[in-house]
Amino acid sequence: MSAVLSLADVHKSFGPTAIIRGVTLNVPTGERHAIIGPNGAGKSTLFHLISGRFPVSSGTVSLHGRPITGLKPYEIYRRGLSRSFQVTNIFPRLSVYENIRCAVLWALGYKYAFWLGVDALRSVRERAEAVMTSIGLTRRRDVQAGVLTYAEQRALEIGLAIAGGADVILLDEPTAGMSRGESEQAVQLIRTVTQGKTLIMVEHDMSVVFGLADRISVLVYGQIIASDTPRAIRENAAVREAYLGQAVH
Amino acid sequence: MSEGAILSWRSWAPWVALALALVLLPRLLSSGSSLTMMSLMGIMIIFALSYNMLLGQTGMLSFGHAVYYGLAGFVAIHAMNAIAQNKWAIPLPVIPLIGGLAGLAFGILFGSVSTRRGGTVFAMITLGVGELVASSSLILRSFFGGESGITANRTKLMPLFGYKFGPQIEIYYLIAGWAFIAILAMYAITRTPFGRMCNAVRENPERAEFIGYSTQTVRFIAFCLAGFFAGIAGALAAINFEIMNALSLGAAQSGTVLLMAFIGGIGLFWGPILGAILVTFLQVTLSDLTGAWMLYFGLLFILVVMFAPGGIAGWLALHGPALRSGRLGRLLPAYALAAVPLAMAAAGAILIVELAHHMLVKASSDGSLVHVFFTTLDGASPWPWLAALALLGVGAALTRLAWGPVRSAWAAVHAASAPVDGPAEAAVVPPAAQGVLPT
Ligand SMILES: Nc1ncnc2c1ncn2[C@@H]1O[C@H](COP(=O)(O)OP(=O)(O)OP(=O)(O)O)[C@@H](O)[C@H]1O
Ligand SMILES: [Mg+2]
Repeated sequence: MSAVLSLADVHKSFGPTAIIRGVTLNVPTGERHAIIGPNGAGKSTLFHLISGRFPVSSGTVSLHGRPITGLKPYEIYRRGLSRSFQVTNIFPRLSVYENIRCAVLWALGYKYAFWLGVDALRSVRERAEAVMTSIGLTRRRDVQAGVLTYAEQRALEIGLAIAGGADVILLDEPTAGMSRGESEQAVQLIRTVTQGKTLIMVEHDMSVVFGLADRISVLVYGQIIASDTPRAIRENAAVREAYLGQAVH
Repeated sequence: MSEGAILSWRSWAPWVALALALVLLPRLLSSGSSLTMMSLMGIMIIFALSYNMLLGQTGMLSFGHAVYYGLAGFVAIHAMNAIAQNKWAIPLPVIPLIGGLAGLAFGILFGSVSTRRGGTVFAMITLGVGELVASSSLILRSFFGGESGITANRTKLMPLFGYKFGPQIEIYYLIAGWAFIAILAMYAITRTPFGRMCNAVRENPERAEFIGYSTQTVRFIAFCLAGFFAGIAGALAAINFEIMNALSLGAAQSGTVLLMAFIGGIGLFWGPILGAILVTFLQVTLSDLTGAWMLYFGLLFILVVMFAPGGIAGWLALHGPALRSGRLGRLLPAYALAAVPLAMAAAGAILIVELAHHMLVKASSDGSLVHVFFTTLDGASPWPWLAALALLGVGAALTRLAWGPVRSAWAAVHAASAPVDGPAEAAVVPPAAQGVLPT
């Protein structure tokens, strides 16, 4: 089984406090992998380490079998890993369409071109429109992202992550703060847009996790205490004690 | 529309209008002084737009943009002299391109250091580079010519189609031609993948890195391009004045271009054009009228920052929706009402500035009589001062009162323009935000 993303003994400390304390994880190609764990366990920090927002203190992260530790976020993105953020992180004063369009430019190879008219690039327009359709924001095309509703901003956040067509996608709590109906829609959305890709997501909502994930890793206090199928995780005594006991009633 | 074309034919209309205006203006305003002023405006339009590639488009606050304008101006002066001396077959209209390339080269040189970081660090480095270049301009006398600067004679170059570019009208058309090309090119750049990413970096540099872009590279390219266009402006200045001195690359010149861009409005592409025209006009006319003209610029700048952060262009753009729906007329009575006390307050402020300036600077030699507003006042007597203060105070108070009608007129315009079918879309973009957004 080939791991598209693997972490080997990854550590991260902020000053004297160790937040990630030796994480080893292999995610095979095409898997939908959920990371769960109590607040402050270090889930978002782990995503920041994988995506290059923070440097690791020690250990290696590999993508497609090549180490990516120490690379800048845009270099990791260019190797095929894209992510969303737990706290909405969009371009607030640009329109929905502009947001999405910016996120497809690199992937379509236009890079820093300052000699091509962007409005006339058909591939860019079609891709951006397809992404807007898939995240359900076509009607809101020309609205400033900053004035969208919360759920719409979360959808846009996912849209930015998937627009470039990366084959490994990290979603940090995509349904946080959504109502049940909204979160069901979001799950549907995530299922379709990550078809044929590798998905790693942090999620607190257990119905989302058990509905979507092929495999679940439980992160507690900076360490993975279990990594298994949803069924096995549900029955794992240590997990129940450490985490599920409080979350599932 | 072909794949990759920057502008479609429909969007050419404003450009045809601009070209016509540039061609026809000297017919309407043909006096020597207006030709001189319009030439200067053309140069400053290019300069201010190049500055806004940084500030408005990419969110980079530079305190040293005159470095590229001034250094390119010096390169242009030396190029003109060398071409004339060696009788090279290079006509004058090519000089701005040489200036542009010089600006680009210096942009690459200094930009590789200053654009590593954004925000405050970038601003501080531009300030440092500005000081560095300004101080070395006093040391390297052979290149900068010391206090007196370096002169050139533009008519000594090879004539082009019989034109020797002696008369100001020929220089005007040379500047207008280059201004047209530069404005069009800078606008086109905003409509490219790179131009869109400049906006993205301005809005949220961190996220830009997570969709594949190095913010450092975006800033660097923007900086180099801004240097290129500033260089064109600097070379045109060298041609126009036939002299360059160290003042043109100093902090004051860098401050002026910031002022132009900001007063005009950095959020819209054409804002700095308005700013360059207005500030140049005021600089030329006010400096003839009063010694305190710099002070008026400071006041104008503060007022714009406080009351119209989108600049003049942003304020004008607020009226776009009302204009399109034909409801602009409803605003005019309220505006007219507010204009009267506003004019009073302005008159009071001008009186105070002029009295103070005269008494502090000129009274010891010229006596205490001040000529202002077509009358003569005695600055030594308290009455003109009290009258000016009263004018300012009453004017300001009445302006506040008149603000109520202005506000309710706006509310009426908004209420009337709410669409019947799609309430959500109309409500979402507040006019205040629209005014400051590049489109
Ligand atoms: N930049 C930082 N500097 C110092 N401490 C940090 C930093 N970022 C996170 N931490 C700490 O690391 C710990 C883990 O944070 P993290 O955001 O990764 O948790 P999480 O598992 O995502 O929690 P949540 O479920 O609340 O999102 C927290 O105690 C947090 O305070
Ligand atoms: Mg988190």
